[in-house]
Amino acid sequence: MSSGILVFCETDGGKLKKTALELLSKAATLGGEVSAVVIGGSVDGAEAGRHGAATVYTVNGDAFGAYSTDAWVKALAAVIAKVSPAVVLGAASPIGKDLFPRLGARIGAGAVTEVTDLSNVGGQVVARRPVYAGKVIATAKVKSAVGLFTVRPNSFAVNPTGGGAASVVAVDAGVSAADLKTQVVEVRKSAQATVDLTEADRIVSGGRSVKSVEGYDSVIRPLAAALRATPGASRAAVDAGYAPHSHQVGQTGKVVNPTLYIAVGISGAIQHLAGMRTSKVIVSINKDPEAPIFQHSSYGIVDDLFTICPALQREFEAVIG
Amino acid sequence: MKVGVLLKQVPASDTIIKINPDKTGVLTADVKWEINPYDEFALEAAIQLKDAGKATGVVVITVGGADAEARVRDALARGATEAIRVDDPALAGSDALGKARALAAAAKSAGVELIFAGKQAIDTDSAAVPGMVAELLGWPQVSVVTGFSVDGGKITAERNAGGGFIEVVSTSVPAVITCDKGLNTPRFANLKGIMAAKKIAIAAKSVADLGLSAGQVGAAGALVEESGLELPPPRPSGKIIQGATPEAKVKELVRLLRDEAKVI
Ligand SMILES: Cc1cc2nc3c(=O)[nH]c(=O)nc-3n(C[C@H](O)[C@H](O)[C@H](O)COP(=O)(O)OP(=O)(O)OC[C@H]3O[C@@H](n4cnc5c(N)ncnc54)[C@H](O)[C@@H]3O)c2cc1C
Ligand SMILES: Nc1ncnc2c1ncn2[C@@H]1O[C@H](COP(=O)(O)O)[C@@H](O)[C@H]1O
Repeated sequence: MSSGILVFCETDGGKLKKTALELLSKAATLGGEVSAVVIGGSVDGAEAGRHGAATVYTVNGDAFGAYSTDAWVKALAAVIAKVSPAVVLGAASPIGKDLFPRLGARIGAGAVTEVTDLSNVGGQVVARRPVYAGKVIATAKVKSAVGLFTVRPNSFAVNPTGGGAASVVAVDAGVSAADLKTQVVEVRKSAQATVDLTEADRIVSGGRSVKSVEGYDSVIRPLAAALRATPGASRAAVDAGYAPHSHQVGQTGKVVNPTLYIAVGISGAIQHLAGMRTSKVIVSINKDPEAPIFQHSSYGIVDDLFTICPALQREFEAVIG
Repeated sequence: MKVGVLLKQVPASDTIIKINPDKTGVLTADVKWEINPYDEFALEAAIQLKDAGKATGVVVITVGGADAEARVRDALARGATEAIRVDDPALAGSDALGKARALAAAAKSAGVELIFAGKQAIDTDSAAVPGMVAELLGWPQVSVVTGFSVDGGKITAERNAGGGFIEVVSTSVPAVITCDKGLNTPRFANLKGIMAAKKIAIAAKSVADLGLSAGQVGAAGALVEESGLELPPPRPSGKIIQGATPEAKVKELVRLLRDEAKVI
């Protein structure tokens, strides 16, 4: 019988990533025993235990250098076979998005991706997820014995439950270099790398109205820095060359889910909203009081961005310091 | 080498979406369809290989109704050379795995050795189908690719690995590649292409034609069931911040962010 929840945890330098803590915290409220799995990394059982995991399974070996689909799918399938969870959770991160669908096809488990909420309905874990670029919310249920879910970062709060240290159990998944059909030959830091937009807790985005690369670099980036936020952009700003592709928020850019999203000189086109509408608090700064973005904002300032942003930057610097 | 493109039609991104009465899907009567934007990058990548003499043909594969033919025609007009449309009443209610089974079987029947797909369809927003296709075929996958080259069967692809890192991945054909914005600039069809496309037959295939049973696809084969579609809860109406000067406005904003919204 499948039971309990297994959380696929990503780590960074031996520490559980924030997305992993979010998932463990949520799993602890869904009922059933919670265990964690870390692939290709070390882990501190105390930190996992504090967030509700009883056991952490780890899989390591020569084949677990950089992330690869082949090694990770085989490893996670082996841990699932050993633990028999009813539910497996992972982040809708670059790794989770690559891993979970293929895993579902391998083990015959339903995979629900890009989830923003989970609940226990009559003993079954049920997911809510935005579809049609967030214009609609759907409820998804899995019919297979094991259900796989990837959850967007920042969907759940981190809540240490104060449990004792989790026991750490190494699993040999029988993965060898011969399993790897892809090789990472180089890793580059992309230009102006900061926190990934999709995982960012605060974002400041600029639109076409920043007018130039200089405008973006002298108004949006410093404002973001003062707020410890990640800079983003509308497609119009990206297409005009003011910000790189990797900064685009929206339907054909990144889908973000921050606590605070500040839209600077962005009109609020449906395709931009598609990428940021689940943000908890939205602030917009626009000189046009009729701009559609105001209808989706928690707070709005009707004024010129070139006067508001520097003043706001100084205020953030004073308050956040 | 023949190259396949998994191409889906989706409601145009500015469509107003209306939910059907039993809340299991959306009403499509007034929908304007377009090629899924990410599939345009996939199609362009495939056509560029044909133009470079590295692909002998580009096969567009779609799971969709008769109204998807116009999008397939558009793809042929841009330079694809063959098309398969999988359509069968048994496909109704398919989850990602059901669609992947149909697409993988169609790709196999067409003899393609490299598949390009979009990183995500903007209607399902699931980013699930291509990885499943790769698994069903037993091929490697490289997802969310922004740079691609293939030489003598050896593939080099660049992908966004998150955290501000770009990975350069090497693999070989056969493989499934999912495409992100930035990979290329999709072309439009020209008149010559539109005329040439009219002469190409779009092969319609049923589930049985592909050697699949009805139970492997559609609602019967689905492991995931989506229902209860609803509009997102409306945001409580926002506050426009008043103030005599820009300084007064930003002070008030920061106060509200701290004391009311409690986000800083
Ligand atoms: C298939 C498709 C996919 C798309 N995908 C995306 C996507 O992923 N992301 C995306 O963002 N867009 C996307 N778009 C484009 C989208 O439709 C809009 O064109 C785009 O979002 C507009 O960007 P903007 O708000 O920066 O520019 P505009 O619409 O030009 O708005 C500029 C705003 O700035 C305000 N403004 C001007 N000067 C000032 C000033 N000095 N101070 C304050 N405010 C000022 C104006 O009042 C206006 O509201 C897509 C479109 C299509 C068709
Ligand atoms: N019905 C379909 N027909 C053809 N290709 C599809 C279909 N559904 C999904 N795909 C492909 O899979 C990608 C991801 O779709 P999805 O997993 O639904 O987000 C799309 O961009 C297409 O390339």
